[in-house]
Amino acid sequence: MTTESRAEPADRAARQAEVRAALERVLPAQAILHRHEETVAYECDGLTAYRAAPLLVVLPDTEAEVVAVLKTCAALGVPVVARGAGTGLSGGALPHRWGVLLSLAKFNRILAIDAAACTAVVQCGVRNLAISEAVAPLGLYYAPDPSSQIACTIGGNVAENSGGVHCLKYGLTSHNVLAVRGYTIEGEPVQFGSAALDAPGLDLLSVILGSEGMLAVTLEVTVKLTPKPLLARCIMASFGDVESAGAAVAAVIAHGIIPAGLELMDKPMTAVAEGYVQAGYDLEAAAILLCESDGTPHEVEEEIARMTEVLKASGASRIEVSRDEAQRLKFWSGRKNAFPASGGISPDYMCMDSTIPRKRLAEMLRAIEAMSQRYGLKCVNVFHAGDGNLHPLILFDAADPDQMQRCERFGAEILETSVRLGGTVTGEHGVGVEKLNSMCVQFSPAEREQMFAVKRAFDPQGLLNPGKVIPTLQRCAEYGKMHVHRGMLPFPELPRF
Amino acid sequence: MQGCDATLTRLMDRVRGAEAAGSVLDIRGGGTKAFFGEVPRGEPLELEGLSGISAYEPSELVVTAKAGTPLAELEAALAECGQTLAFEPPRFAAGGTVGGMVAAGLSGPARASAGALRDFVLGATVLNGRAELLCLGGQVMKNVAGYDLARLFAGSWGVLGVICEVSLKVMPVPTATLTLCLEADLPSALAALRSFAAKPLPLTASAWVENRLWLRLSGAAAAVRAGRERLGGSVVEEAAALRWWQALRDQTLDFFRPDAASLARGEALWRLSLPPTAEPLDLPGRQLIEWNGAQRWWRSDAPAPVLRAAAARAGGHATLVRAAAKPDGAFTRPEATLLQIQRRLKHSFDPAGIFSPGRLCADL
Repeated sequence: MTTESRAEPADRAARQAEVRAALERVLPAQAILHRHEETVAYECDGLTAYRAAPLLVVLPDTEAEVVAVLKTCAALGVPVVARGAGTGLSGGALPHRWGVLLSLAKFNRILAIDAAACTAVVQCGVRNLAISEAVAPLGLYYAPDPSSQIACTIGGNVAENSGGVHCLKYGLTSHNVLAVRGYTIEGEPVQFGSAALDAPGLDLLSVILGSEGMLAVTLEVTVKLTPKPLLARCIMASFGDVESAGAAVAAVIAHGIIPAGLELMDKPMTAVAEGYVQAGYDLEAAAILLCESDGTPHEVEEEIARMTEVLKASGASRIEVSRDEAQRLKFWSGRKNAFPASGGISPDYMCMDSTIPRKRLAEMLRAIEAMSQRYGLKCVNVFHAGDGNLHPLILFDAADPDQMQRCERFGAEILETSVRLGGTVTGEHGVGVEKLNSMCVQFSPAEREQMFAVKRAFDPQGLLNPGKVIPTLQRCAEYGKMHVHRGMLPFPELPRF
Repeated sequence: MQGCDATLTRLMDRVRGAEAAGSVLDIRGGGTKAFFGEVPRGEPLELEGLSGISAYEPSELVVTAKAGTPLAELEAALAECGQTLAFEPPRFAAGGTVGGMVAAGLSGPARASAGALRDFVLGATVLNGRAELLCLGGQVMKNVAGYDLARLFAGSWGVLGVICEVSLKVMPVPTATLTLCLEADLPSALAALRSFAAKPLPLTASAWVENRLWLRLSGAAAAVRAGRERLGGSVVEEAAALRWWQALRDQTLDFFRPDAASLARGEALWRLSLPPTAEPLDLPGRQLIEWNGAQRWWRSDAPAPVLRAAAARAGGHATLVRAAAKPDGAFTRPEATLLQIQRRLKHSFDPAGIFSPGRLCADL
């Protein structure tokens, strides 16, 4: 399957001509892009540090054309990488140098909305937010809200099992999708899940969700819609140290409260966000928590009172409850703009995405602080505190190769520390190509081989988005060696956990 | 899986032995669901020694337990901390285990609102057919590292491997719960359920049987009060309501337990899983409806193909749950392309076909 060893560039040009000729037999000419100036826009997704030129980009208009592309590629042994809006942060839609980039952007229609069943059937290229906008008149919305929801597509959300700031209460993509209809790499139609709440046999839908486009091509998604809460209010609570903020999160949950959102920002992050949007954050606090309640007005009143009591008892130094919708959105504006705000104060930033058990939060933040000093790079932290998903943003300048290298090592160490604390290397952004090395740390060779075997069960030729998510034995062996060479592990100066 | 080395070694030896001998293993928990699904076959593989809660911290909303842990023990530990398994797994009888619960993948009355068992599986340690111990998923709420293979074990009925330990998301017990009962014939009950669907009501369970619609509201006290005013009907006394939902969950109602005479007459208990808004089905027999219309139980003597065809026409599938015999199988057979993928998946975990063959489907 891999053709990486082929000599460049003559072989590649020949292969491109061969594949192009085959695709021209089944697609209109304007649906195939092959000139560099046409394909360059597809060379990366949201992870811009990694780029690759695809052999060709295809933009099919109809399902029949998608099937024809898949059958052609399967017959010729050409890798296929499906792409939605290209907003992914881990390189999941990075093109394959010897493959076809399958853009599904044209499949952007909402096909059916059923208010009585609280479901909608949408094509894969429909934007996440467009679903909520379309069903808003019915008092419904689509709950998962990744921060890229203005642009990202539901097909991409299925591939990444995207989360958002409300998933503690409302779940991830996997909890809000009933069925996925699409095609195997051979072009065979498949439907995973159904409009009923389960389907016969093994639960393939569970594996498809979050499989990063490696098992099948998604064309249509049946999503679950949620009745819009009548009211939402948000508490902003300040803490004098990160430990008590972490303890407050645990206390809220131990009191049987599942907030609609529960986010933590450390002091450096708060300062950066406040400078960007003037959200009214407490700049003296070592950490602030945003704690949201939604539901009926009575329910919200009851819950806000309980939350306030728990946060005060946990040592909050200042508490402010949003008076109205405008102030609530203002509280959130800083959090939701954390990434662009960081981009505003640093030439580049690298966003990490590990999850840890919540109780290790303070320990993790202290470890990151120590790494920050050791690598000589600043790091600001936002945290989906409710579900333990951490987003440290490492600030660096990619133009400086030394900084770039230190940043990568810093990031890898955060991920390895997360695994050691009982967590995972990615909570919602996916592995893609970015975290391939870290997968060597989290999973054993037998576990990784089992994942390859699962891929073969869906895609025996290994043509769908090959090379992503699961690192090869060889890659892990090289990564292990690199560690020893660079003396990165163990870190004698780091306190052991 | 600390402290289980001897048991794990024994299990691995059994797996290697079965592979060498070409025999098959019937993975067993408490045996409370032996009646469900296809007939178990093979040498029993018991999981004694794999029992106990490995880790539980209420503020993490995560519990990790070994597969042989009695479900009752797990539920008691959660209840002590005001938490629960929100998907309300049916217990059928005393003695069920955590591993059996996950392998069967069944959810109870709260399914339509809280989610299915699989939605609460965060991770699992399993033994595959190569006698390798694999840690799938994790112990945290959000995790997209690699394929979500732990969830694949939910409802796998043992055909992929031995579940040794699982990590589950747990939820707080709602502060307030109230049950309402309304007189309603089937069309008006289904119409009422449809009209509730898009409203922000704290409806956590519904059931219709014998012209009565039972509704359970749970959540914040204020939300439950508001819901009660909106829905009407009569309030069911708390202890009676608890007994009703428990009998529904564990299927101890007479409806779910056809006696020997009914079975001999050819009557059977069927489960139809349908889109919730499916029109009422015209079949001989009587029905009990849950999950706002998405799960419809039938006591019927109609031939199996009639039930299966009716379910398929309505966009769902049918399972023969209790019958004198199940000559054409219990579960509906998956469509051909999906079946081929499932065969290859089974092979990827269990190349020699050792684990619970035929328990989920004749082809697996």
